[in-house]
Amino acid sequence: MGRADEKQPEIQGEPMSPFEPKIVAFCCEQSGVPAAEMAKTLKLKMPNHLELVPVPCSGRIETLYLLKALEGGADGVVVFACHEENCRYLQGNVRLKSRVGYAKQIMGKIGLEQERLEIFHLATNSGVKFAEFLIQKADQLEQLGPNPGKIA
Amino acid sequence: MIKAEQKPFEEILEYLAPYNKILLSGCGACVTVCHAGGEKDGALLASALRMARQNIGKPLEILESTPARQCEPEFALELSDTIGLVQAVLSVSCGVGVQTLTRHFPTTQIYPGVNTTFLGETVEHGVWEERCQACGNCILEKTAGVCPIARCAKQLLNGPCGGSSNGKCEIKRETDCAWQLIYDRSKSLGQLHRLTEIIPAKQWGVQSRDSGPRRIAREDLKV
Repeated sequence: MGRADEKQPEIQGEPMSPFEPKIVAFCCEQSGVPAAEMAKTLKLKMPNHLELVPVPCSGRIETLYLLKALEGGADGVVVFACHEENCRYLQGNVRLKSRVGYAKQIMGKIGLEQERLEIFHLATNSGVKFAEFLIQKADQLEQLGPNPGKIA
Repeated sequence: MIKAEQKPFEEILEYLAPYNKILLSGCGACVTVCHAGGEKDGALLASALRMARQNIGKPLEILESTPARQCEPEFALELSDTIGLVQAVLSVSCGVGVQTLTRHFPTTQIYPGVNTTFLGETVEHGVWEERCQACGNCILEKTAGVCPIARCAKQLLNGPCGGSSNGKCEIKRETDCAWQLIYDRSKSLGQLHRLTEIIPAKQWGVQSRDSGPRRIAREDLKV
């Protein structure tokens, strides 16, 4: 696991303008938020363009929020939710799954790659997994390129 | 309430192809309840349309508005100022709401964003079923509160067709036989004897849609 303060290599000559994907990460306060805090405390490396959106439960996230994040400039959207059958509000993460499925259907019609939206289930003490997943997602989005539907 | 479903996305995109600024008008009544054209569903569709058009390099500006009831002129006319700013309107209200806009905004192109489907009931969250065909002459008092016009595939008025099995319709196996429901409920109400009454043929040409669009006029309410 890399550190956030690791210096990135620089190339001499032409200034580089590499594509750095922007990720919006919705975080359930029962799992994603504590995991994010742990990752921050451990100073784990995370993507540069990351916006964390805390929500009281992943079931609070509506399909519209996911699309609005993509429309508003995100190259990828991640939802950090509790493990299934471990939702404090019983069905929140099940509802999320349906909504993410619906959002992916809409993304297919728009012409956006489905990899731009993903759920990651984790527990409160999953700071390392949190950071690792975001780094992997940033790499994947970098390969995909900018979100062609964003309006920024 | 009126139930509707959003039209296929590709079809809506095709309608809007010539435009670069439109109004997406929702409705705060029936289509909000069936999640086809309320404020949230309209916003979701608008977001998807904007991204789809952005993706093909032809950005589309979409203004959004959701009158409380698009089928009532008082509310529909709230859109007057906004309609003046756009090239066309995509209405995600039912067909009635679309036609209210058509009547009041004669020089603006109004496109339907939903298919108005039936008058129905919410049977579980996210599932709606047809319950009424607005036939114009309700006979629910004779059929234990279950409508054979809306719920029997053959619209039979005096008993089942004989094709149902295990209480399910022979036309659609997943659908309850309306006459089985009528029988069961009549039995539980202790009113089986009512089923011996003959229900006369409906006057389709007088009370229903068959003689053209119907109209209700209340002289006491006219201004």
